[in-house]
Amino acid sequence: MTSLIETTDLTRILHETVPVTLVRDVTLSIGEREFVAVTGPSGSGKSSLLYLLGLLDRPSAGTLKIRGRDAEPMSEKERATTRLANIGFVFQFHFLLPEFTARQNVEIPMRKLARLTRGEMRERATALLTSLGLEGHLDKRPDQLSGGQRQRVAVARALANDPPLILADEPTGSLDSKSSEQVFAILEALVNERGKTVVAVTHDLEMAARMHRRIHLVDGRISEEEGAKAGF
Amino acid sequence: MQLILDIAWTHIAGRGRQTVVAIIGVAVGVGFSIAMAALMQGGQDDFVRQLVDTMPHVEVSDEQRSARRQPAEDVFEVAAISGLRPRDDRRGIINPTAAQSWLEEWIPGRFAATLHAEGVIRYSGREVGAVVIGIDPEREASVSPIVEDFREGSFAALTAGGNNVVIGDTMASRLGAGLGDTITAVSSEGLTRNFKIVGLFHTGTTARDEGEAYVLQKNAQILSNRLNAINRISIKLDDPNAAPTIARRVEAELGYKAVAWQEANESILEALVVRNIIMYTVVAAIMLVAGFGIFNIISTITHEKARDIAIMKSLGFSEADMRRLFVLEGLAIGGAGSLLGWALGFSITYALSLVHFEIAATGQEMTRLPIAWSMLHYLIATASAVGSAAVAGYLPARRAAQLNPVDIIRGAT
Repeated sequence: MTSLIETTDLTRILHETVPVTLVRDVTLSIGEREFVAVTGPSGSGKSSLLYLLGLLDRPSAGTLKIRGRDAEPMSEKERATTRLANIGFVFQFHFLLPEFTARQNVEIPMRKLARLTRGEMRERATALLTSLGLEGHLDKRPDQLSGGQRQRVAVARALANDPPLILADEPTGSLDSKSSEQVFAILEALVNERGKTVVAVTHDLEMAARMHRRIHLVDGRISEEEGAKAGF
Repeated sequence: MQLILDIAWTHIAGRGRQTVVAIIGVAVGVGFSIAMAALMQGGQDDFVRQLVDTMPHVEVSDEQRSARRQPAEDVFEVAAISGLRPRDDRRGIINPTAAQSWLEEWIPGRFAATLHAEGVIRYSGREVGAVVIGIDPEREASVSPIVEDFREGSFAALTAGGNNVVIGDTMASRLGAGLGDTITAVSSEGLTRNFKIVGLFHTGTTARDEGEAYVLQKNAQILSNRLNAINRISIKLDDPNAAPTIARRVEAELGYKAVAWQEANESILEALVVRNIIMYTVVAAIMLVAGFGIFNIISTITHEKARDIAIMKSLGFSEADMRRLFVLEGLAIGGAGSLLGWALGFSITYALSLVHFEIAATGQEMTRLPIAWSMLHYLIATASAVGSAAVAGYLPARRAAQLNPVDIIRGAT
């Protein structure tokens, strides 16, 4: 089984007045059907690592291979296309497009990829939202939804093009405990039932403990790792 | 692409008032440039038409552009001649009959031969200097603009027995003479002859109204003691634009100076070019201002939508997609503004075409603003509006596309 993402000595330095090292020499490999927590104190580079894994940011040094393919020589457009088909993002804030309804928001990545007909996209969006318990809110705009509902729409959108990898940046960070629990359950089900790999940044250690694998960062370095290749 | 259009539409529609202001900005720019172009072009066309109508398209006179070649120049390679005096011959076009029948053969238009003679018109002790022009009434009527400007009588009245003359109304009032009075013409040769006024004209050109007296060709020849002579041929062409070619051919064949109206009015036509440059500069300036309006709204949208841009990029939209999105928004505003501008431009042009005014000096001529209706004005205005909209959309679009999504997502967290 090839790994989904493989990094070697991944480093990201922010060149400001004083260079700041966000991520330092991170070497890791994430396979399919993994449920990975990235933890660490604030400023430890958790989110930065996630953006690097999601091709949103370019590393200053080190290599990153996604599905065996080196990301370094990819053009901006190739990176965007790779993201579109292989990676779904869920952020702390829902980040839905405010002018579009829940269903339209889920359809947008599909329309960008343009592999399905419009009718199929609509069906798939409806099915995704329904499976996340949003059947009554298909045509509501984000401002008409609660925080938990928005976050579930965001998850549905991340799943739109059926990517193997879901990257979540504090997905429950802005939710109350009930909604948090709901969203966590959904992420867990993605791994266990749909065979996705979920990498979630969290500072909630209790939640991290319930995930299959934990990567702990301090000052941009992996300081502790447990449960590698745990899977089931 | 449909998707990008949808998103562009939500952005524009979401900013109703600002969008409307930007569209109106473009529309006013387009509308006024169309109206201005119509007026400028109309004025120019009208001016040229008057120029073309009031003067012969090609005028052949008995002058030559360069001095005649001297026999010495033909014989010797180096010859210097000084103190040359013109030959004391009867001025006039040599062999006029042959010249006229040659012209008759091929000129696409009409022409009339005349004899211009300097003289003085006298009436009861008053004198006015004048050019006495000997004409063939029938032929002259076909080339002269005066035909339409007769107050009383006509060229045809000249033939009605006796010695008759047609003069301008200003000359008549300076002499204190009226229709039916007999005036005396004195030529530079010292010959005198009496003429009865059988026609008065008013062209509006003072030099004409005050200084031209038309008589039969025969009378002018007698008065200037140049029998059978003519010294001017005026040609009116079916197509005024062919004048330079025709003039060149006539000059080459007859050897006399033939001046096309374009040559005679070169400085005026040059002034028109300058006028057009000024017009297009003003149009460009208006479009630039409209472009700033578009730039402003697209900039605002890209700032406000920075988060959305980051989201779309994280979803897998490329920089090119983002650029396309905002350029499209600029074009949409430019396009909508252009369409509205067409309506506005058409209305203003139409309104201008209804304006009547009187020229106070003469008090009689009721006239309208000259308007040129041309699709080209609409196309030029639209092209510059859409062009500036594309640029105004592109600049903020490029910046927006280069936004690093990470910075924005981090900022929001």
